Amino acid sequence: MGLQTLFFYLFAFIAVASAFMVVSARNPVYSVLFLILTFFNAAGLFLLTGAEFLAMILLVVYIGAVAVLFLFVVMMLDVDFAQMRAGVLEYAPIGALVGLILAAELIIVVAGSVFSPEIAKTVPMPIPALSQRTNTAALGDVIYTHYIYFFQIAGLVLFVAMIGAIVLTLRHRPNIKRQNISQQVGRTPETAVQVVKVRPGQGL
Amino acid sequence: MDGFFSTYVWPAAIMIGQTLLLLVALLIFIAYILLADRKIWAAVQLRRGPNVVGPFGLFQSFADLLKFVVKEPVIPASANKVLFLLAPLVTVTLALAAWAVVPLNENWVIANINVGILYVLAISSLEVYGIIMGGWASNSKYPFLSALRSAAQMVSYEVSIGFVIVTVLLCVGSLNLTDIVNSQRDGLGTMIGLPGSFLDWYWLPLFPMFIVFFISALAETNRPPFDLVEAESELVAGFMVEYGSTPYMMFMLGEYAAICLMCALTTILFLGGWLPPVDVWFLNWVPGIIWFVLKATLVFFMIAMVKAFVPRYRYDQLMRLGWKVFLPLSLVMVFLVAVTLKLGGWA
Repeated sequence: MGLQTLFFYLFAFIAVASAFMVVSARNPVYSVLFLILTFFNAAGLFLLTGAEFLAMILLVVYIGAVAVLFLFVVMMLDVDFAQMRAGVLEYAPIGALVGLILAAELIIVVAGSVFSPEIAKTVPMPIPALSQRTNTAALGDVIYTHYIYFFQIAGLVLFVAMIGAIVLTLRHRPNIKRQNISQQVGRTPETAVQVVKVRPGQGL
Repeated sequence: MDGFFSTYVWPAAIMIGQTLLLLVALLIFIAYILLADRKIWAAVQLRRGPNVVGPFGLFQSFADLLKFVVKEPVIPASANKVLFLLAPLVTVTLALAAWAVVPLNENWVIANINVGILYVLAISSLEVYGIIMGGWASNSKYPFLSALRSAAQMVSYEVSIGFVIVTVLLCVGSLNLTDIVNSQRDGLGTMIGLPGSFLDWYWLPLFPMFIVFFISALAETNRPPFDLVEAESELVAGFMVEYGSTPYMMFMLGEYAAICLMCALTTILFLGGWLPPVDVWFLNWVPGIIWFVLKATLVFFMIAMVKAFVPRYRYDQLMRLGWKVFLPLSLVMVFLVAVTLKLGGWA
């Protein structure tokens, strides 16, 4: 029982409590803010286990980018909260089932050595001690050196998904004027200004 | 009981003492940075700036502080009170929390963590929440529009800041801020046989990234010419329209703390942190903290000058600059730096 344990229970309690608030809050904006609090405490838990790189990436990617988009969408939507929450109990069994499956899978993964002692011995890569190798360098070794092809394939899949999203949403509207910066900068007085000598009393 | 005192109470007391010391020094620095900002702006426009409170107006910021604190805080009736008051708190707390990992001198750092630069990046990416929450909780059109603008702007420029940091990290090989400074002891200058000098710092080999980082830092902290968040002619004062007295002051404090953080980060990443400009005995004799503060102040001077003489960007031009100019440029730079390091045998 040390400070670590104390902080573990602090982070874990706040994470679980705010995760509960995510689904039970009346206002969706509150839900997203509680989701951010959950992420933040999960980052704290990562830090406690020594996974400092993952903790920071969680902060940068999930809180700094993904949750901002959530908040954006939720704030812009004009939804009737009462109507949205009307049938919430109908979906409770499905939610419980999904939760149960997730919990079972987590138990199998975490306690896998209990079910099958052989699996515990087949660790593909020895994890170096934290004193020898920082987390970031160890992760870099695994991703960019040992599993570089899988990493490239994952990147390719994401790239295809990105192109797909762009193709689906790109619209060419015909009657729209766009700014062409290089054309604007490339203009000279000769091509842009016309000097006209106006005679008095005649006009143009 | 004796063990409890020496394991928990004493280290905690030391840590709190260090934190308070840093915070007080930082807040005083921010007070004078605010004054310097106004003075520089005034000098460019041939005005005098604040010159009434104290000699040369040196106590102006403290007078402002007193004024904000004793004013009546007004909370709009239709605002969401909890979030309305939470927003400035979030802004100022995050802006100050990021300073925990900034090394002001050799070993002068509160938390010397391995992922220091990522921590700074993470905290500065959270700063957008203060603005979004403030804008939404005000329940008014201008603040909300401004909050949306700011969120889009900060998220966009974070991307290029991230890639600039990656180029520096490629050269350093570590995410620790102290290591980043120490790796600038030798570089281009020592490679051609000169003694350690300002030519070794990363601003020279990574010069395009230095410029990109400086401009992105302006956009990230909503400084002019990218202050579309509080563009007066369009959005009055942006997300701060409904704020007054202490909450408003906290927003300002958070903003300037973030600006100082960006100055410090530029100093660490590109200007050699606490290292003296030339490695000779009388410059080495000057404490490193003085070099650090001098360099950070120099960066702030450039930021203040930009405010004084660059007209404000239009919003679509701002987005174009971030996504179509800086992002490809920094990506190409990451590639070039990686290839150079590999071919040159440094990595």
